[in-house]
Amino acid sequence: MTTENNNQISMESTLEYSKKTSRATARRLSMFFLRRLILLMITIVIGVYITILVANMGGYVDTILKSAIREEVNMEVAAMTAKTPMTTEARTELAESMIAERERLAGLDQPFVRRSITHLKNALLLNFGRARFMISDHGSRLVRNIILERLPATLLLMGTSQLLLFAVSLFLALMVSRHYGSIWDKLIVALSPTSSIPPWFYGIFLILIFAAWLKVLPFGGMVAAPPPPTKLGYFFSVLKHMILPASSLFISSFLINTYSWRTFFLIYSSEDYVDMAKAKGLSSRAIERRYILRPTLPNIITSFALMLVGIWTGATLTETVFLWPGLGTTIYQAVSKFDTAVIVGTTIIQAYMLGITVFFLDFLYAIVDPRVKLGGGN
Amino acid sequence: MKRLKDSLKDIGRYPSAIIGLLIVLFLVLFSFYTMWKIPYSDAIKMWRASESVVYKNPKNARPIWVNWFRKAKLPASADVIAGEDDSFTKESTPRSGGGNTIEFVYTFDFNYDEFPQDIFVYFTSNYETKNPFISMSLVTPSGENIKITDTGITRYQNYRFEQDENLRTRLKRLHRGNEPATAMQGLFTKLGSDPVEIDKGTYQLIIQATTFEEGSDVNAELITHGKVFGFFGTDHLRRDLKVAMMWGAPIALAFGLTAALGTAVITMFISAIGTWFGGWLDELIQRITEVNMVIPYFAVLIMVGTFYSRSIWTLLLVTILLNMFSASIKSQRAIFLQVKESTYIEAAIAYGASDLRIVTRYMIPRVIPMIIPGLVSAVPSYVFLEASLALLGLGDPSIPTWGKVINDARMYGAHYQGMYYWILEPAVFLMITGLGFALLGFALDRIFNPRLRGM
Repeated sequence: MTTENNNQISMESTLEYSKKTSRATARRLSMFFLRRLILLMITIVIGVYITILVANMGGYVDTILKSAIREEVNMEVAAMTAKTPMTTEARTELAESMIAERERLAGLDQPFVRRSITHLKNALLLNFGRARFMISDHGSRLVRNIILERLPATLLLMGTSQLLLFAVSLFLALMVSRHYGSIWDKLIVALSPTSSIPPWFYGIFLILIFAAWLKVLPFGGMVAAPPPPTKLGYFFSVLKHMILPASSLFISSFLINTYSWRTFFLIYSSEDYVDMAKAKGLSSRAIERRYILRPTLPNIITSFALMLVGIWTGATLTETVFLWPGLGTTIYQAVSKFDTAVIVGTTIIQAYMLGITVFFLDFLYAIVDPRVKLGGGN
Repeated sequence: MKRLKDSLKDIGRYPSAIIGLLIVLFLVLFSFYTMWKIPYSDAIKMWRASESVVYKNPKNARPIWVNWFRKAKLPASADVIAGEDDSFTKESTPRSGGGNTIEFVYTFDFNYDEFPQDIFVYFTSNYETKNPFISMSLVTPSGENIKITDTGITRYQNYRFEQDENLRTRLKRLHRGNEPATAMQGLFTKLGSDPVEIDKGTYQLIIQATTFEEGSDVNAELITHGKVFGFFGTDHLRRDLKVAMMWGAPIALAFGLTAALGTAVITMFISAIGTWFGGWLDELIQRITEVNMVIPYFAVLIMVGTFYSRSIWTLLLVTILLNMFSASIKSQRAIFLQVKESTYIEAAIAYGASDLRIVTRYMIPRVIPMIIPGLVSAVPSYVFLEASLALLGLGDPSIPTWGKVINDARMYGAHYQGMYYWILEPAVFLMITGLGFALLGFALDRIFNPRLRGM
């Protein structure tokens, strides 16, 4: 009876203790993320600021802003004076005074440091101004609209290929690491250096083979022209157009990913506790799940997050090669048309996305890896 | 250092390392050969494609090796100067009343299945007042003698077959009922053949020049613009792709090696100094690394290329600047932290070694074996980076590089017009370079990384 009672008491106290600790953990967790969030905000602000400095070194952002103001004022003046008889000189004078006033308001008469802060504020609020030449498919000249319109295409292509890549290479690596030294294993090791070739390069070859030579798949674009009327038809058309760009992204990283995962798993499966588990007679599946996958989870997640980072930045050229209407092609078009507002805007969006991904990386890392101590606690 | 040497000896045990090393060696030798064979200034001049340099080259001609794979053989290009080649003879006989009669005979085999693009004859002559006179005719294998032109020539005169309206009219009359689209088609088809059948065999182009002054002479150079040219072919500006293919190698190597080496060495110093001094410096370096992660590297390079300069060296500098605070600082920092605690560092402090001495003599040598594989494996990524920028149209305008050739090929529809050589050649060179360094780097990684040994 007493022992039972004692047991109960100790159990209760443990429960209370664990409750207390979990509350403490939660507090520490939130403190940690708050601190990380603030640090990351600062990082993003500095990153974006440096981007702006690079872009503005030749006064380009100023030029964008000034021409935007000029265009706006000229249109307003034209609208205001449309029905009033007015000489051209008077009209120009009115416009010029308005432009000067607006420029003062926008802070363009300020010293450079102050101005760069204004640009930073605009950039952080995704206020990128107007494009000079490029127009979004819906007819908007706002850089923000152009970018938002292109973003889904990038997400579709990169998301599909990267997720596929991640899952397939992880799965295959597990299979191969189980049969260390087999022909498949050797083949993957031998061929992995081919991954030093970037996806756009494979893309050029795939276009050459499947579009130019065999004529079975389209050269590029996202959907047939004219687009199929039915939803299903549209879906299949997009799918058909996505095969080549997604494959080139896949091929380029597939072998190196599999190789590095396989090596990683091999290193982990030579640990003593894995031998111990084998000696205990656990099934190989259980060993894999509990003793190999579990400790490598943080690394798997890190690479997953880095893959997400790659989604934002990696596809500029692949998209360009396949004329895929995403952010990458937008940058390319902006470069060839010298549309600075769009270049700066796209760059800043990428900086933003990178920052957010890095934050999520931290978050996931802390949750998955028990070895990561949060908030520097004791 | 001894460990480094021992590890390097291990290279022999990895066949992939040997292949990689051979490729790299080949590329280095090839680069030196290129620099010796086509000096830089010549290469730039040839790549700028002024008329005086490229007039001998046909436009968009495929390389000769495409004929090995084709059933319908494409006509070759030729450039012969009268008297300097057995196929193009020059015979001068004095004429009564001053002047000479000069007979040029160009004998050539035509066994191809398509027509050449054009034939040019460049005449040079010297005279005081009276122009020499030439008449040209072509004897076909079937024995037909087709008159080409009768004309007076100036000191520098060229005659282009395709641009002679009279010749075209004459050929149309000759092939009545089945009028040829071009002069070349008219000259090289069998008379009265329908569908068009090429008259294969030996042709003779006979040029009779008559001079009217003592000491007046005529010289001729005959250029055939076929559909294949040289081992590398030509592009849309008649440039011989050989220049770009050869010069691509030293440029790619210079860019790739400098970027990889520069980045690796600077990164190593930064992390060594940060770890050694610790404190706010270390903290600052860590924060900069994080900021650097957020800056979209390729997009910034694009901005620099668009706004400031497309010079390959500016882009190289920016590449190094953007890469020196890379994530590898973090992994190197971990190693340095271990090294910092080791006893021999303590000994160094005890005998009063300076900070600089400790960093350069005691800390850095410890990580050198660890950064070498990464350095070698990073070379392809920089080589392809240059090509990527060129693909976006941000290549250095004055320098011929592989990436720029791919960009040209894509811009001028090589894919759509079946000019695959234009893409394949630079692509193969890029691929060989990338694979060579990657093979070597991967093997080095397995040699230097004890955990990977035997895996």
